[in-house]
Amino acid sequence: MMQVRRAIFGVWRNAFLFLGYMLTMLFAANVMAVNASTEETSLSGQQRGEYLVRVGNCLGCHTAKGGQPFAGGYRLSTSFGTFVTPNITPDKETGIGLWSEEDFWKAMHEGKSRDGRLLYPAFPYTDYTKVTREDASLIFAYLQSIPAVSQVNPSHEIRFPYNYRPLLYIWRTLFFKQGVYEPDQSRSAKWNRGAYLVQGLGHCNACHIARNVLGASQDETMAGGQIMGSNWYAPSLTSRREAGGMDWTIEEIVALLSSGVSRRAMMSGPMATVVRQSLQYLSQDDARAMAIYLKSLPESNNVQPEVNYPPMPDNVRRYLAQGEKIYVKYCQDCHGISGQGAPGIYPALADNRSVIMVIPTNVIRTVLNGGYPPTTRANSRPYGMPPFQQVIRDEEVAQVVSFIRNAWGNHGSLVSAVDVGQSREGSH
Amino acid sequence: MKYFILILLFVLACLANAAETLPVDVPDTLAERVKACTICHGAEDRHDGDSYYPRIAGKLEGYLFNQLRHFRDGRRYYQPMAILLENMSDEYLREIARYFAVLNLPYPSPESITLQPVEANLARRLVYSGDSRRNIPACSTCHGKELMGTAPFVPGLLGLPRAYITAQLGGWHSGGLIRGKVANCMADIAKQLTYEEINAIAKWLAVQPVSGEPVGELSVEMSQRCANLALENGEAR
Ligand code: HEC
Ligand code: HEC
Ligand code: HEC
Ligand code: HEC
Ligand code: HEC
Repeated sequence: MMQVRRAIFGVWRNAFLFLGYMLTMLFAANVMAVNASTEETSLSGQQRGEYLVRVGNCLGCHTAKGGQPFAGGYRLSTSFGTFVTPNITPDKETGIGLWSEEDFWKAMHEGKSRDGRLLYPAFPYTDYTKVTREDASLIFAYLQSIPAVSQVNPSHEIRFPYNYRPLLYIWRTLFFKQGVYEPDQSRSAKWNRGAYLVQGLGHCNACHIARNVLGASQDETMAGGQIMGSNWYAPSLTSRREAGGMDWTIEEIVALLSSGVSRRAMMSGPMATVVRQSLQYLSQDDARAMAIYLKSLPESNNVQPEVNYPPMPDNVRRYLAQGEKIYVKYCQDCHGISGQGAPGIYPALADNRSVIMVIPTNVIRTVLNGGYPPTTRANSRPYGMPPFQQVIRDEEVAQVVSFIRNAWGNHGSLVSAVDVGQSREGSH
Repeated sequence: MKYFILILLFVLACLANAAETLPVDVPDTLAERVKACTICHGAEDRHDGDSYYPRIAGKLEGYLFNQLRHFRDGRRYYQPMAILLENMSDEYLREIARYFAVLNLPYPSPESITLQPVEANLARRLVYSGDSRRNIPACSTCHGKELMGTAPFVPGLLGLPRAYITAQLGGWHSGGLIRGKVANCMADIAKQLTYEEINAIAKWLAVQPVSGEPVGELSVEMSQRCANLALENGEAR
């Protein structure tokens, strides 16, 4: 009897030991894989929290235009209505001053508020759920250390039926996968760190993904998507013809992420804002890790086969010739006689994937509204593109856009004045 | 000789090719960097159909800097500029403000508008004496004896077109979207003016010839009144 007991005990003990061993390994792997870089670990807890808050860009969403930092009030317009972000300063009445670390973890990890209310995924907890407990608690500690601001924000203006919170139960069962990032053991520590940042705190998925009618990301492939409620298209990170980094060098990707400009592309619109508010502060190690991961993403779109473009009919030629006249008059000074531009200053339009992207929204927007890449430490005095909406008519915008999409070896669909009109609409 | 010509042609062809593919030569100047602004803000105030583009050259640096931050942060509303300024740092805005402030361009000659004597009197009284019953100081206490502005952030009032002055005072007066959403010393004053007064002042200011310089600094009382603008004009946030 005694012996049997001992044997059973032994088995159990071994099983426990084994389990414990596995867990330790897992934990160790976890730590190895997503842990902060040495640059980051040399910082104090407070500084690490601050850094992580930058990477998650909490400030960007939780601060009204020209308002008090983290006091909320920023209006986030989506196709369901407008969300007004809450105050996350440590104010006891109007902020999260009464929250415990556990409450905060529930918000980040499970998408639940302190009172158990389900949160709308306009707060990107579908990505933040991948953040480790350690990082979450550093973030919390930092947020509790900033000045408390007493500020009550207006409530969301969400349309029926989306304003009915319990609907989120259904949404969550369908689309929310809770869980901390699990490292891929077959990959390097750097790759895993990059994946952890891109999928988690960096919440690149919040924009770079197609959305269905319920506002949920359709799949996990980081295919491109029309950003909710805005007239920008976030190109796919898994297509070399859109925003993928497969055929870029790591250095080029790092430059683009951290300075907003590179030889081949420039960040504009909402992406420029992401760079200014968040990505420019990435440590060298983290920017590299992100780049390594982005470069490795498998291609989702089938690469387009080489096609032989048929000769253009005369009417198309005439249309493009009109566009060329406009180009020479208004654009050539900056973008060059053969669309070559001045890399890092004025983007080349020849062989530029943003210009020939199937969805022409962003090109049209740029011509209508102009823009500057963000000011960053590495590019503190950027050059700008003038807005042309009050200079040339919609038909002319269509002609010049069609021209640059089909000049100097570029091949893209023609654009009409109707497309231009559609791009004008909607908030920016 | 034949070969020489051939070689020459070849060299020329190569040069032409090179010119086509060499990066565009971009001057490293602020003038080049603000081309996106000068498409609208030329050397003079400009009317373009319904739109009106004020000249910004030669205005006080502190004033321009405040306006740029207002447009960027949504306190003054004009969407085309908000888009351009959205991702600019305070430091860069300051540099742009300085660039336009030191541009020394001749002012336009005064507008020719007929001004009734009653209007002229009304305007002159408000400009130089104010109205103590409504707590309106003379405009000149802040905008300077010669109405050419007071450093660092109170703008000059001369050389501005009548339509622009009416629009700005009207905007503050009605609490409109453009400029009226935020309280400051100027908004408080414009709210008190009647439309009749606004029209008279706009006309009167627009017919004055431009002469003189901005003055040194605001009185203690006036700078207290404008404290929030002064604060903004200080260090970058
Ligand atoms: C894309 C915009 C966005 C970003 C980025 C963002 N938030 Fe939010 N956050 C929101 C919105 C919108 C809500 C309100 C959701 C709701 O009411 O259901 C919210 C809610 C919250 C809440 C719950 C507050 C409460 O009273 O229930 C917390 C806590 C929070 N965010 C913290 C953070 C932190 C920390 C970060 C950075 C790591 C962050 N947020 C980044 C948009 C954002
Ligand atoms: C707020 C929405 C938003 C978020 C969040 C976002 N992006 Fe973007 N991104 C865009 C838009 C819109 C564009 C297209 C504009 C452009 O080309 O600059 C874009 C473009 C890009 C490009 C291509 C630039 C080019 O011109 O080739 C890359 C690379 C990119 N994003 C990477 C990222 C990464 C990595 C993250 C996460 C750290 C991220 N983005 C987060 C909206 C977003
Ligand atoms: C004063 C110089 C200047 C002029 C003139 C100019 N551009 Fe640009 N252009 C720029 C700059 C700078 C950018 C980068 C803007 C950004 O990142 O937001 C840009 C960006 C673009 C882009 C987006 C490229 C990309 O990689 O995302 C397109 C398309 C474009 N310009 C087309 C035009 C057309 C068409 C005209 C004439 C109607 C024109 N530009 C006139 C400076 C100029
Ligand atoms: C599309 C045309 C347009 C462009 C481009 C533009 N502006 Fe403006 N700007 C305007 C208009 C219109 C106003 C007057 C708005 C109002 O009535 O409040 C204005 C007002 C201003 C003012 C305030 C003038 C005053 O006396 O109060 C400043 C400063 C200014 N712009 C600077 C700039 C700078 C710097 C840029 C480039 C980054 C720029 N603008 C680009 C049209 C433009
Ligand atoms: C207490 C000081 C003060 C007084 C008194 C004052 N102003 Fe102003 N005014 C300002 C300031 C400060 C601004 C700039 C506001 C800003 O930065 O938005 C301004 C701006 C203006 C502008 C806009 C100029 C432009 O280029 O856009 C006009 C017009 C103006 N004031 C007219 C008047 C008139 C008329 C009076 C007298 C009835 C007056 N002001 C009295 C402080 C004053």
